[in-house]
Amino acid sequence: MAFTKKRGNTSPEVSTASLPDIIFMLLFFFMVVTVLRDAELKVKVNTPQATELTKLEEKSLVNYLYIGRPLERYHSLYGTKPRLQLGDKFSSVKDIPLFLEKHKIKVPENRHGQITSSLRVDGEVTMGVVQDVKTELRKSNQLKVNYSAKKRAD
Amino acid sequence: MAKQTARQRLRNEINAGSMADIAFLLLIFFLVTTTIVEDKGLKVRLPPWTPDAPIADVSSRNVFTVLVNADDELLVRGEQIPITALKDYAKEFIANPKRKAEFAKKPTKAVISLQNDRSTSYEMYVAVYNELKAAYNELWNDLAQLRYGKPYSEDMPLAMKKAIRSEIPLVISEADPFQAEN
Repeated sequence: MAFTKKRGNTSPEVSTASLPDIIFMLLFFFMVVTVLRDAELKVKVNTPQATELTKLEEKSLVNYLYIGRPLERYHSLYGTKPRLQLGDKFSSVKDIPLFLEKHKIKVPENRHGQITSSLRVDGEVTMGVVQDVKTELRKSNQLKVNYSAKKRAD
Repeated sequence: MAKQTARQRLRNEINAGSMADIAFLLLIFFLVTTTIVEDKGLKVRLPPWTPDAPIADVSSRNVFTVLVNADDELLVRGEQIPITALKDYAKEFIANPKRKAEFAKKPTKAVISLQNDRSTSYEMYVAVYNELKAAYNELWNDLAQLRYGKPYSEDMPLAMKKAIRSEIPLVISEADPFQAEN
């Protein structure tokens, strides 16, 4: 009986006054970690697996070059041979210097040396295409390169 | 007095009850658009571009040539080996613990020359590069363990890292690929 008496006095509602604060906290977290995708993948990229991986530190200092076979819906336009994608369009190797320059403008000048090019290349692609891209990167003096890969479990 | 009461009467508050809903909406938007993809990979420094590739003048005992052909087969210093054996072979070559005459004189002298075919698959290339890097990483680890009593890692003091890397420098030279002869 003593129990019922106690319960009768207190209201059983949980205060929801702090709910907005909690939601806002979550919101800010996601706002900070979010990176709005700027490029839609038009080529199939399934990066190979490796063990000796290093993490890319700052996203703003990285530009991405995708190499792979065009997705099914682009087959009629671009064929099935491995292609290079810069930004959100199919490109040729000759477009690389301009692409790098466009990215460089957005980076403060004192950090130009830290810009990394991340090559996200499909595992099935042959080295010929990759080699041409590498040569072009060397010609444009973009020497910091990252071969994007997945962690191999072993 | 009268003024104050008037202000008190006029005190209008914004209804904050819908704040949570607005925050929710924004939250859901960011939840949907967010992509927490962390990019990992093999860090590589390409050699600077020179029109005609200079042929490095190194005696052949210090050069560890790795050839990968169009069928993804490995030829290391003239003999065909499986990729699983590459790491240990490379380690033995670089460190040369038994002071063999055919292996590198000193770790600082060792040069790894990697050459691939234009038809080599990228997967194989990355696998080979990974093995070579693994060999160096393990050697650095051993040295760091010996010197400082802790494994080599990216976030150890810069001076230690430099000391280790000057003792066993990573030199992987990549020649231009050969065309498939046919």
